[in-house]
Order: sequence, then C-alpha cells, then structure tokens
Amino acid sequence: MLATKPRIAFYWCSSCGGCDETVVDLAEGLLDVIAAVEIVFWPVALDFKRKDVEAMPDGSITATFLNGAVRTTEQEEMARLLRSKSELLVAFGSCSHLGGIPGLANLFDRESILRTVYLESPSTVNPESVLPVTSHHDDGHTVVLPGFHNTVRTLDQIVDVDYYVPGCPPPPRILRTALQTLLGGDLPAKGTVFAPDCALCDECPRKDTKPETLSIAEFKRTQDLIIDEQTCLLAQGLVCMGPATRSGCEAACIRGNMPCTGCCGPTSRVRDQGAKILSCLASLVESKEDAEIDRVLNTIPDPVGTFYRYGLPGSFLRRKRSNEVQASM
Amino acid sequence: MRNRQLSRAPLLQAAFEPRIVAFFCNWCTYLAADLAGTSRMKYAPNVRVIRLMCSGRVDPQFVLDAFAQGADGVLIGGCHPGDCHYQEGNYKTLRRYHLLKCVLRQMGIEEERFRLEWISAAEGDRVRSVINDMVEKVRALGPLQLDAETEDIREEVAVC
Ligand code: SF4
Ligand code: SF4
Ligand code: FES
Repeated sequence: MLATKPRIAFYWCSSCGGCDETVVDLAEGLLDVIAAVEIVFWPVALDFKRKDVEAMPDGSITATFLNGAVRTTEQEEMARLLRSKSELLVAFGSCSHLGGIPGLANLFDRESILRTVYLESPSTVNPESVLPVTSHHDDGHTVVLPGFHNTVRTLDQIVDVDYYVPGCPPPPRILRTALQTLLGGDLPAKGTVFAPDCALCDECPRKDTKPETLSIAEFKRTQDLIIDEQTCLLAQGLVCMGPATRSGCEAACIRGNMPCTGCCGPTSRVRDQGAKILSCLASLVESKEDAEIDRVLNTIPDPVGTFYRYGLPGSFLRRKRSNEVQASM
Repeated sequence: MRNRQLSRAPLLQAAFEPRIVAFFCNWCTYLAADLAGTSRMKYAPNVRVIRLMCSGRVDPQFVLDAFAQGADGVLIGGCHPGDCHYQEGNYKTLRRYHLLKCVLRQMGIEEERFRLEWISAAEGDRVRSVINDMVEKVRALGPLQLDAETEDIREEVAVC
C-alpha cells in the first residue's frame, strides 16, 4: 500500500540546482528510492504546489531534504512550513549546511547588492532606477515579491535541523547512505553529518606524498603551474583545503587534479573551517620576518573567499560588519 | 544548534568601556602581568586574561569566537622571538596573526582591535603600557558589538 511508504520531500532555497542533480545522479539507485518511498514534494521534478504541503498534517512527511541557503522571506517561510510538516529535516548540501557559495554575499549588504544588480552593472538598462519592492499596486491589481534579507543564513539559523548531508553538491554515495540510514529506522544522534568524521587528507590518494614537514615560500594558483598528478597539492604550493575539510567525497577534486576547495565543511571537532585552514597554511610559511611573512601570505589573493568559500554564514563572524560594508563601498 | 546565549553589550555610548580578551603565555606575558600586579602597577581594568601554555596554543578560532561573543579587542602576548619554551610556538603565532589580520580586514574589523605583543616575564611595565594603549585605541574606535549584530540578524528574521 502506497500510504505506508515513508514520505520524502525535496526542496530548494537559495541554490543552483546542483543538489537536485545529485538526487538524479543516484542513477539506477533512484529507481530503488522511488520504489521504497513516496515523494510528496519535489518542485524541480514534480508538479506539487505549496498549498499541497500546507494541506498536509504536521509531521506527516518522514524526511525533508532541503538544499540551498536562506536569503528571502519566501525561503524562510518554506523552511518553517517544511519543518512543521516533517518528522526529520535534513540540511542537504553546503548551502543549507553552512551557507555555501550564496553565503559569500554576506561580504555585502542588501543595499549594495540591489544597487549593483539593478542600477550599476554594465549590462543593466534601468533609466527610471526601479528597484524591487515587496508589493506593487497597478490598475487595481497587487503583485507581491518575497522580501530580501540583509544576511544569508544556514538552515539551522532559521529552524531546528536534525541531520546534515555535506557537499557542493553532495556526492550521490553520501545521499544514498543518508537515505538508507534514515529509512533503516536506526537513527543516528541528532546533528549527525552524514560523512566520515576525519579530514579529507585521510582518504586522499596522494596522502603518502604529503611531507611530514612542509614549508612554503609562495602559494600558487592552479594556472601558475603544470600540476603534477601524483604529488600532494599542498606540497606543490597550491591552497588545498583537504587538511581542514571533512572526508566523504573520496577526494573527487584531487582525483581530477584540482585542489580541494572545502565543500564538505569541517569535522565535528572544528567549529570554524576557515580559521582552521588559516592556522594550517600560515604555519607552513618558513620566514620569521614580518615583511617576508606578509609577502608569502599575500600570494593568497582572497583569504575570506578562499577559506570560507562554502561556509561564511555558518562561521563565527557570519558576515562582514554591516556598517563597514557601507563605509567601503 | 548554534544558538549561543548572547547578552547585549551595554548600550550607553557615553559609558563605553572596551572589553578586551587577552591570551597570555604562561612562561612570559602571564608572569609579566603577575609582576605588574605584585608591583602594584595600575593599568586599565578592561582586559580579561586567559592563560595558555604558549602563544602558539591560540587557535585562530579562539580569536574569532571572542569577537563573535562581544569582545571589542583581542590581545595575544607571547615570549620574545627565540625565547618560546616550545621553540617555534611564537613564530607560528606570528604567521597566523598576519593571515588572521587579512581576514579581519576583509570582514570589516579594524586593525587596532587585534594585537600581538612579545612581553617577557620581566616586563611588567610593558604589560601596563600595551594594555593602556590598546584600551585607548579601542575606546576611540567605539564598540564592535558583533554579539549585538548577531542579535539584529536574528531579529531581522523574527519580525518578517
Ligand atoms: S593536502 Fe590535499 S592533496 Fe595533499 S593529502 Fe591533503 S587532500 Fe590530498
Ligand atoms: S575534494 Fe573538497 S571541494 Fe572537492 S568534492 Fe571533496 S570536499 Fe568538496
Ligand atoms: S612559551 Fe611563550 S610563546 Fe611559546
């Protein structure tokens, strides 16, 4: 009987669609999932509407996988709605886990973003300087748009979250494990991140070439060198986030000969991934002189964008100070 | 999960007293602060000292956490170059300090709010001058109040 199957929902907030792609990437596995569960809501693939969710009894969805960060009032409402309708809420992917790429917008504020996008960007033609408003009346009709918050948030900064599936996008294997665990009924501790709790270096095929001690005289960017395919990328002077990133992706980027950029977030013992990689990289600088230390460190062009690429909203500082955003524009 | 209990900093601008978190190494700067105390030197009471075995133990997370929880400034005190009991600890701190300063700059936190000083066990007077100087500079900048800002971020959502 259909009704006895676990009821699963997928939803997206501020995201690129990549996380939904992971669901599709289950490939043949997707058929098993579809056979084992009833998908009750999945806007990217199925034609259910918000009112269908509103009509469901509270707690009637077994598990909702919600991807994307939370920026608008609509995303916030959907997060709350799905929280109340779901027994388990899973933050799915980097953006809902830690803020993700959209979270880098926390280096700016609402006003500067709207100004850039609607008034100043070279491709914008807006002679009347129209900015988006949440409600507009015209000829007896009212049109509404969601509000745009000043700050991008992780899902758990909005509602209570039970589990996390990390990754940008999450590797299908991790999603499969998460689904099996949740449907198996033997639930892990609340707050569990569905990936091994050790650093990526641990499962990296190049870990044997990572030297015991390493000193770096210049950080390189991927376009600066021909990257050797066997040697640890950090040992080649590239900023590899592996030492500060949770494993679970089977070192996908390293296997593609690119450094890890940190999408799976930190392990459970670390609260602020960026601070940890900062600590690791800085201590690899050899010099003891201020000027030389600065010269080496200046070869990392955008420390915040590099160390917090997927996790600014979930970090200690969360966003650039609002008054400072204004001052620097 | 991350709902830390936060208290709003005192709101009265006129009565602003900077709150500075200081991480002092057990073998030098902490002893110097002790010496300043036993020598009855007077210095600004705005510093909350945390004793660590080495300045190299200062995880950059500690600094960011202190700011996030409402510190207006963070001071690290360690042994002079060459004098670290663990040989390299203070050099690691120096390098991390430089990179952390870049991150703080990008995040809109003024340079004067974060400081690293080498103060040996004999330099009680230097503890006094460094703390007094930092308190004055941070006082001139005004409150950082990241804890209050986090509260505002939270309220922004609660009202919508
Ligand atoms: S630093 Fe990067 S390349 Fe080197 S072992 Fe760790 S994950 Fe692999
Ligand atoms: S190597 Fe790093 S960036 Fe690439 S998928 Fe794995 S965790 Fe994400
Ligand atoms: S022991 Fe004092 S800085 Fe290392």
